[in-house]
Amino acid sequence: MLTSVYRPGTSPLHRARAGTKLLALAVGASALAWQRSVPAVAVGALVVAAAVAVAGMPARWVWEQLRPLRWVLLLVAGFQVLTQDWRLALVVCATLALAVLAAALVTATTRMQELLDVLQRLLQPLRRVGVDPDRVALLLALTLRAVPVLQGLIAEVGDARRARGCERSLRALLVPLLIRTLRHADNLGEALAARGVDD
Amino acid sequence: MIRLRDVHLRLGERDVLRGVDADLGEQRIGVVGANGSGKSSLARLLNGLLVPTRGSVTVDGLDTARDGAKVRRRVGFVFSDPDAQIVMPTVAEDVAFSLRRQKLAREQVQARVAQVLGRFGLAAHADHPAHLLSGGQKQLLALAAILVTEPGVLVLDEPTTLLDLRNTRRIADLVSALPLQVVHVTHHLDLLAGYDRVLVVDDGRIAADDSPAAALEFYRRSQS
Repeated sequence: MLTSVYRPGTSPLHRARAGTKLLALAVGASALAWQRSVPAVAVGALVVAAAVAVAGMPARWVWEQLRPLRWVLLLVAGFQVLTQDWRLALVVCATLALAVLAAALVTATTRMQELLDVLQRLLQPLRRVGVDPDRVALLLALTLRAVPVLQGLIAEVGDARRARGCERSLRALLVPLLIRTLRHADNLGEALAARGVDD
Repeated sequence: MIRLRDVHLRLGERDVLRGVDADLGEQRIGVVGANGSGKSSLARLLNGLLVPTRGSVTVDGLDTARDGAKVRRRVGFVFSDPDAQIVMPTVAEDVAFSLRRQKLAREQVQARVAQVLGRFGLAAHADHPAHLLSGGQKQLLALAAILVTEPGVLVLDEPTTLLDLRNTRRIADLVSALPLQVVHVTHHLDLLAGYDRVLVVDDGRIAADDSPAAALEFYRRSQS
């Protein structure tokens, strides 16, 4: 999902620095979690709604971000109602939904390369203990890139499994998927070497 | 100039190449051969992805075994499967990834990325997720991501294997217009018609090294 969230645009939010947006996200989410009150959630909702409007995101986009969260929210709400009270359930669920929406807004208005640049800068002090920020950023990019590739492989292997009439065989899915994933990893490693990653 | 001198390559228990000698100076060189003949390994030797078990490969005097990094900056490589070659999530980011070692200013990177995407007809897709491109567009992106570094030599390892006829022709037309040396490994023999020279690889050796017409005739006869 993360690999397809960036939505090109020219809004003030698109033009804002990645570091500023990440800092605002961290501060806002922490403040909501710390406050745990209805007024704080109301202010948070207003801020996020204004940001969504400024970024020009349609209502459908908001729903797409929150939809995968609905069962989690339901579970959390149920647990909170049973152990605490409905007001806290509302605050916790709203805080969670607002944090996810705000994070989605940051990734929707920021190119992956800008986020990786911030990550690289943040990790610079760890060079002293042997962490290579370039490597960590590349690892993150490759992880994100791997999601659609794996989805594609699963779809292809699933089709092949159905074509051979063994829809219910787990082995017919996992064995070719493992082989193709390892082959893809080999090819990717070779391509990275060809593009001078290890040089 | 690429020079291969008594090149032997052993991978695992298998002798993949057995005594290959060649001076590759022409602008357009094709390489053909049956599956498993060693042609893709030969291509990988040219930018140091593989190094010879015995013998040497040099590019403009640089030994691929000793100066691998310098050789790779000179020799770009495009694989048959673009999905394995595209590293970054979006189109523009993947092209920019190739320039990260050049320490250019952000504006310079953006300008070069925009220029190469425009040239390959991908400008409208700059901020789109790379995995949503068609197969042909992905291969164009893979090619653009290599050419943005302005290599002196381009090695293509069956870049049209996964493409339809239209995209195969599109890649071929783009490659033919490039002002650099191209070594093209392919099973699409018709793409090599205008080339300067074609090598036929068979069982780890160069079985024929001639003009396209003569070399391809030899290859067709050997495969029938």
